[in-house]
Amino acid sequence: MDRRKYLKTLAAGSVGAGLLLQCKPDQKEQAPAVAKDLNYDRTPEELAREKALMSAKFFDDHEMKTIAALSDIIIPKDDVSGSATDAGVPDFIEFIVKDKPGYQTPLRGGIKWLDLQCMRRFDADFVSCNHEQQIEIIDEIAYPEKAKPEMLAGVAFFNTMRDLTACGFFTSKIGLADLGYMGNRPNQWNGVPQDVLDQYGLQYDARTLEISVKFDS
Amino acid sequence: MPDFQIKKNSKTYDVCIVGSGAGGGMAAYTLANAGIKVVLLEAGPMYDPKKNITQLKWPYDSPRRGASTDLRQFGDFDAAYGGWSIDGEPYTHKDGTEFDWFRSRMLGGRTNHWGRISLRFGEKDFKHKSIDGLGDDWPIGYEDVKPYYDKVDRLVGVFGSIENMPNEPDGIFLPPPKPRLMDLFFKQAGARLGIPVIPSRLSILTKPLENNKNRGSCFFCAQCNRGCSVYADFSSSSVLVNPALATGNVDVIPDAMAREVMTNDQGLATGVSYVNKDDMQEYVVNAKIVVLAASACESARILLNSRSTRHSNGLANSSNIVGKYLHDSTGASMGGIMPKLLGRKRYNEDGVGGMHVYTPWWLDNKKLDFPRGYHIEFGGGMGMPGFGYGFGMQNSNGKYPGRDGKMKAAGGYGASLKDDYRYFYGATFGMSGRGEAIAREDNYCEIDPTTVDKFGIPVLRFHYKWSDYEIKQAKHMKETFAEMIDKMGGVVTSGKDGPENNYGLLAPGRIIHEVGTTRMGNDPKKSAFNKFNQAHDCKNLFVVDGGPFVSQADKNPTWTILALSMRASEYMIDQIKKQNLS
Repeated sequence: MDRRKYLKTLAAGSVGAGLLLQCKPDQKEQAPAVAKDLNYDRTPEELAREKALMSAKFFDDHEMKTIAALSDIIIPKDDVSGSATDAGVPDFIEFIVKDKPGYQTPLRGGIKWLDLQCMRRFDADFVSCNHEQQIEIIDEIAYPEKAKPEMLAGVAFFNTMRDLTACGFFTSKIGLADLGYMGNRPNQWNGVPQDVLDQYGLQYDARTLEISVKFDS
Repeated sequence: MPDFQIKKNSKTYDVCIVGSGAGGGMAAYTLANAGIKVVLLEAGPMYDPKKNITQLKWPYDSPRRGASTDLRQFGDFDAAYGGWSIDGEPYTHKDGTEFDWFRSRMLGGRTNHWGRISLRFGEKDFKHKSIDGLGDDWPIGYEDVKPYYDKVDRLVGVFGSIENMPNEPDGIFLPPPKPRLMDLFFKQAGARLGIPVIPSRLSILTKPLENNKNRGSCFFCAQCNRGCSVYADFSSSSVLVNPALATGNVDVIPDAMAREVMTNDQGLATGVSYVNKDDMQEYVVNAKIVVLAASACESARILLNSRSTRHSNGLANSSNIVGKYLHDSTGASMGGIMPKLLGRKRYNEDGVGGMHVYTPWWLDNKKLDFPRGYHIEFGGGMGMPGFGYGFGMQNSNGKYPGRDGKMKAAGGYGASLKDDYRYFYGATFGMSGRGEAIAREDNYCEIDPTTVDKFGIPVLRFHYKWSDYEIKQAKHMKETFAEMIDKMGGVVTSGKDGPENNYGLLAPGRIIHEVGTTRMGNDPKKSAFNKFNQAHDCKNLFVVDGGPFVSQADKNPTWTILALSMRASEYMIDQIKKQNLS
């Protein structure tokens, strides 16, 4: 697609961005999220709301592709764990912007801002840019204290993307394992492990040891 | 027959209780166990932490990763339905003042989310006017309530430590959990500054409760706010209402929104009218005694809406005092980071559902520029990540050397950023002050004559302003927090407030300790209820929530609500036997 046509689709809003994808017949329309069975206490009002949120769709396919690309740049696969998309971060972001509509305009507008920057510089939208081009522009918005004033809109957008990507990743199953969170299971709290106390030069005083709960096992 | 009619229940109960939280639950429990026939009206649905489970769920079980919503404002996994706003149930404000009113319409009410902080009021807390000339003394003293605190400790269970501190009475305690890592730094800072940091006092069973087979003991998941499926913490549903139901002497009517207390020509209470939320029809239930426990503000609302020829100013309100002297705890917080804990070793640090240590009030107000004290709540460490985890990394990762000892640019992306989240995990903490405000006549709730809720019930209008006393107290909190953070080797990351926003003093209502709207006293001109929570104007009417509190103390009110509700209920039992209430 040429740049003039792309700018026209930008002007046409999200419907236009959807049309943009139709240029590529191999791209399948993403199925709307299906309301899964929630396994925790829900009031009837909450259930009705969750179903409505899960059957709605906010981001179009182009936007979802952009979110996926950005989230994997923010949290890539490394030798500890998989990437943001491995952890389902784009689906989380799609849900949370429906749940918290205050995110909708900053993210939708931020993607458009990013695409326009890329079009002007590389004659391609962000996801169509090659990796080096993507990183060139990301480097200009990923470091708030070094960014040029004309890039501040992009900085704000990238801060939001960084927040939501990290949150979505580290609250996922693979993210929690990566972080090493070891709780949320029945156990007996018997104080800070001795090697950790030693590491910080700390100890429990005699009275604390005497009065605190002890366990048989 | 008209479309609109009022349905009357033909049965007459001994007692109708409105509200099933701490006060109502305890009244139902005490009365039912004495063989008294009780009907318990609850404005929300039935709830049982054994069946309505959010405990031990993972953040990814929630599509919003545990974020709060309008329907569950303390988070998607929190046990409490509702919050600061409820659709169709507005409240209003007067003269541009602020008051945020948290309501949880469900069995157990706000005992479903609270921090389980279970502190006794001390001797001074009942007689503060005699000490500093402000507010009023209670008509009762610690010695009157102590036997009931003791009974509540045994019945409900609370952990803590014997400290023999003035005005911080010790209880009958289960053993406390050991401090977490961050707590040891709080203790260290406290020791350097002469600030006591002692085991917290929470109603969580660290050991099985004697003579109680219905409740399990704590398995340390840190999730009391989600409700405990083995009943190892206190919530009114599991500890009071369920056992009360088991006596066979209690009928619960859920989804019953109380409108007003009905009275007869003699001015005595005869029952309660309510709206059934399922069919939106009007009902009346008859009872020989009416006990309000709908929360300090909701009970005041019911009384003020209960107008009759004998009670033209609202029921129990010949003093014109109902709704006045509303006061909530003060609250201000500060957050920080411990650079020495960056990259800390992992282990399961959950512990109990709340703080393991706290600071009771330790100073002499005669040497300070504000009256009344505050306690400090501490928290921090390797908690379960949820919505909001990792936000704002660009504000942290440029400020501290990384694992390699080198500084780097704030923000970023990629493998290096991914490792920052691991590196910073568990190194942050917070401290919050909760202090006593002075009860003042011009802080009040009243009926807004122009506004009704979706049930057609006139709503409350609030008028509340903090005074210099509370603002100076918040300033002192902030100074203390900053000193402690400095002494423990931490860095302040949030909550550096100044005079421009009253030192971060939260809006009244935010601490959800509101009390005082139906205060007790010996003088019927200056109080609405007597020292047994009984209306001066109507002998078969009682209020057993936080409304009868004369002053709030720097203590969370729940334990005192429980003790006073039990005391009032025993008084009722005695008076019923003597036939003094009909």
